[in-house]
Amino acid sequence: MAVCIAVIAKENYPLYIRCSANVEDELKFHFTVHTSLDVVEEKISSTGKTSTARAPDMREFYLGQLYPSEDYRIYGYVTNTKVKFVMVVEASNTQIRDNDVRSMFRRLHNAYTSVVCNPFYILGSNISSKAFEKVVAGMIVDEQKKELFT
Amino acid sequence: MTDNASGVLFDLLHSQLVAYIYSTIDNKNKGVSQLESLGFRVGVSLGEQLTKDLPRFRDELEVMKFICRDFWSSLYQKQVDNLRTNHQGVYVLQDNAFKLLTHISVGKQYLDCAPRYLALSCGLIRGVLSNLGVKSVVTSEVISMPSAKFQIMVQRT
Repeated sequence: MAVCIAVIAKENYPLYIRCSANVEDELKFHFTVHTSLDVVEEKISSTGKTSTARAPDMREFYLGQLYPSEDYRIYGYVTNTKVKFVMVVEASNTQIRDNDVRSMFRRLHNAYTSVVCNPFYILGSNISSKAFEKVVAGMIVDEQKKELFT
Repeated sequence: MTDNASGVLFDLLHSQLVAYIYSTIDNKNKGVSQLESLGFRVGVSLGEQLTKDLPRFRDELEVMKFICRDFWSSLYQKQVDNLRTNHQGVYVLQDNAFKLLTHISVGKQYLDCAPRYLALSCGLIRGVLSNLGVKSVVTSEVISMPSAKFQIMVQRT
């Protein structure tokens, strides 16, 4: 499944970022996620204006594929509180569908909500919750398993 | 029925919280700000939770409508009776029978204690708004119990 999952705060600094364990160049993903924020910004700024064919009304949290690159597909999701979730998927992974990504984001959003509702979480700090970690690991782990079996 | 029960629970818990806060502090003026900051933290969490399944808000007015409808009915089992705005960042929410005041008094008895029962709600509103990206100052006013007025002043930079 995903190779990298990131949570970005509304002020555009990372709250959480995690890459698949078999990735060598982690920094590259940090860069990719960072770059994608511009596209996210562009997509949500079209909200509020009248919807046209070019800029459809973005009232859904799921933004779809942000931009294509040669090796990866990058998906975005923005909540009402302007917290951004970015997911990087390998382009070679063709099993994963739009609806799967949507439901993964949905799960991620639910997990994030639980984090914020946790009184031990300091607002705006990095996410260190084990429960959240587990949800993310569940979305990344499949990739590692696949590697083990092949 | 369960909705009603949780409403009563919140109501009673809130009045105990106010009583507790006031029993722990020496300076009576501090109570309101302490309750307000408590409310802020809860409001931030609540904002995250309540907006989870709603469509994205287009503008500030939609955020205010959310406060008046969804937020209010989830806390006080009713909607705000009146929302007014000058379209320049000031919103006035009026509730003719504010839930946290109804069991205290009708009329002017205990009127000087009213602010402490609104402080947490002010904080809640400010917390929700801040999480939704609207920086604001929320003040409250009671002229005659149990009606309450909340004034939201949006801070623009």
